[in-house]
Amino acid sequence: MKSRNTFPERDPKDRVKDFASVINEFSFELAKAEADRCLQCPTKPCVSGCPVNINIPKFIKFLRDGDIKSSYLTIREDNFLPSVCGRVCPQERQCEAKCVLGKNSIAIGKLEMFVGDNALKNGWHEEINEIKINNKNNLKVAVIGSGPASLACAGEVARAGIEVDVFEALHRFGGVLVYGIPAFRLPKDVIEKEIKALEKMDVKFHKNILIGRTISFDYLIENYNAIFIGSGAGFPKFLNIPGESYKGVFSANEFLTRVNLMNAYDESYDTPIVKGKKAIIIGGGNTAVDAARTCLRLGYKDVFIVYRREEKDLPAREEEIKHAKEEGVQFSFLLDPAVIIGNNDGWVTGIEFNIMKINGKNDNGKSIIEKTGKTTFIDADTVIIAIGTTSNPVLRSVNGLEFNERGYIRVDKNYQTSIKNVFAGGDIVTGSATVIEALGAGKIAGKNIVKLLSL
Amino acid sequence: MFKVLRKKIYNQYVFELEIEAPLIAREAKAGQFCILIPKEKGERLPFTIADFDRKKGTITFIIQVVGKSTQMMYDEEYDFIPDILGPLGTPSKIEKKNNVLFLSGGLGIAASYPIMKAYKEMGSKIISVVGFRNKSLVFWEDKLKDISDEIIITTDDGSYGLKGNVVSVVDQIFKKYNIDKVYSIGSLKMMKASVDAIKKYGVEIIVSLNPIMVDGIGMCGACRVVLDGKIHYACIEGPDFDGYKVDLDDLILRSNQFAKEEGACLRDYLLNRGNRR
Repeated sequence: MKSRNTFPERDPKDRVKDFASVINEFSFELAKAEADRCLQCPTKPCVSGCPVNINIPKFIKFLRDGDIKSSYLTIREDNFLPSVCGRVCPQERQCEAKCVLGKNSIAIGKLEMFVGDNALKNGWHEEINEIKINNKNNLKVAVIGSGPASLACAGEVARAGIEVDVFEALHRFGGVLVYGIPAFRLPKDVIEKEIKALEKMDVKFHKNILIGRTISFDYLIENYNAIFIGSGAGFPKFLNIPGESYKGVFSANEFLTRVNLMNAYDESYDTPIVKGKKAIIIGGGNTAVDAARTCLRLGYKDVFIVYRREEKDLPAREEEIKHAKEEGVQFSFLLDPAVIIGNNDGWVTGIEFNIMKINGKNDNGKSIIEKTGKTTFIDADTVIIAIGTTSNPVLRSVNGLEFNERGYIRVDKNYQTSIKNVFAGGDIVTGSATVIEALGAGKIAGKNIVKLLSL
Repeated sequence: MFKVLRKKIYNQYVFELEIEAPLIAREAKAGQFCILIPKEKGERLPFTIADFDRKKGTITFIIQVVGKSTQMMYDEEYDFIPDILGPLGTPSKIEKKNNVLFLSGGLGIAASYPIMKAYKEMGSKIISVVGFRNKSLVFWEDKLKDISDEIIITTDDGSYGLKGNVVSVVDQIFKKYNIDKVYSIGSLKMMKASVDAIKKYGVEIIVSLNPIMVDGIGMCGACRVVLDGKIHYACIEGPDFDGYKVDLDDLILRSNQFAKEEGACLRDYLLNRGNRR
């Protein structure tokens, strides 16, 4: 049995100098060689590993037969954004983890990306949206937010011939795909093309509108037949330890928003950013890794990701960790921040950490940690806190909308909230999760909205 | 795109923009602000809504030159502003009070004015103390006189009104009126001095904060302020906070985070502008 193919990536020494894609395009021959390795198991274990159950063997089969378009249409039945998911899904914990080839699993993510990129290049993503709105009943649906859940929902509803208005608070569309995930991991034109395709379907995108402030939620209830809330979970958590107010201490959201959404790395933009020499990033998820690699690209010399558990517990995608190490990001484990230290001018100078030790595992297989009683100090001129986000409180005052104890919106199995005809999906329902899960939720909610309005 | 209807320059630092924004004007309430991107590739800048007219569908901002973006807005004529998001923040809590004292420092007037208006509509007596560095920086005097039952203007150098700052007349006002509530809006240092001066009277004091912000919708945490040891976001829960609870020293520490970068940016701009002229 042939082993897994390797896919072309830019040299780490070059790629840390800019924000262009780390992964290079690759040829059909390479894609076919990888697809040919697929055993086409009748039991399809990979499908059960996918949160939206893409028919993976089927799309791989079309691909190796050279019918890339049919391959794309197969993925599109379940996943609205293959170009995005091929790049950002944690495949090693999902579909690829279930592959019978084990360590030599098929590079499903890479193949999905290949198929998705081909669709964008050839305009297949627009053909699929050709059903123009023939809205005879004057039905209207409002979609709050323009991240993955909202886009999937808008696409689903528009395809049924129902008018859709998407309301985005920021000045660019795409939600976390634009403000959160850096361009070197997810090129910005991927998402722009998908949004253009929705616009061609007459989905109307409105920027600079924060529902609950610019337009009231009640106005939407009065003027739309259904509402989908896909506002995400972008409210950053802080450590709540002394010293978080020092200058040079940022949330990862602020740091990444300045760079991704506001293009702080580009001299032609006016967005200010502090460029230091030594950064500590607290956390172990994709956001922490994104922030660390962004620091390198801004010219930081020493970049540390400090995580309180062990390496095997890092929630980040395996490929991102590998890329980060290749680029020179250093990792420290079993350190939990105790105090952030600063100088008399109010600038951060470093962090004192509690040294932790392992004391067993919890039910999820993650290490349980406890203090050893010893501490250590790491100096830095920049500290970025990437320990997760929580739900944004703006919509919490909506009458009759129920939230769970963690502040996320409660929905039933159809993604309907406590208010009739109001649906929700994505991170505002689940808390921080993956793009593919948000896409799945948006799609099902969209289908249910269509069903409800067709009655 | 938002159409700029009027620009008025008050002095070498301060100008006013009236902008067509019917959606924002319809929802705007005293105490709220907007995030404005002045031009393509510009920064996101927070400005208090200094006035709004629901019938005309307009909002007004008073802007002070502090960096490159605001200097450019001062220098150049913009027909349109590409992006404005608002109204943001939690509106000021307007309750029935007899005598409300407003301590406003310089540009703080812009934030005070809509709150004064709201109290006036509730039938409150408005006592205004407005401080400027010197006479040349005085603006909106007529507007404030119209709405205030009593107004005292102070200047640091005594070139207009009383010599001193807004805090120096607090005792005199408390002797004359039974003040029920105080608003202090201005620089962080001025607000801190106001809180210290009001404390002995035990009267509620609200400060209005404008920390560094990026998105203005609770996403970045740059605007975090500490109240009773806990982090709150000024963009969502503010800008108004209980003056006794908010840690102003903490904000003072962080307020010049980007001073170096912004200073360099403004310097480059001014040098280039000099060359062009």
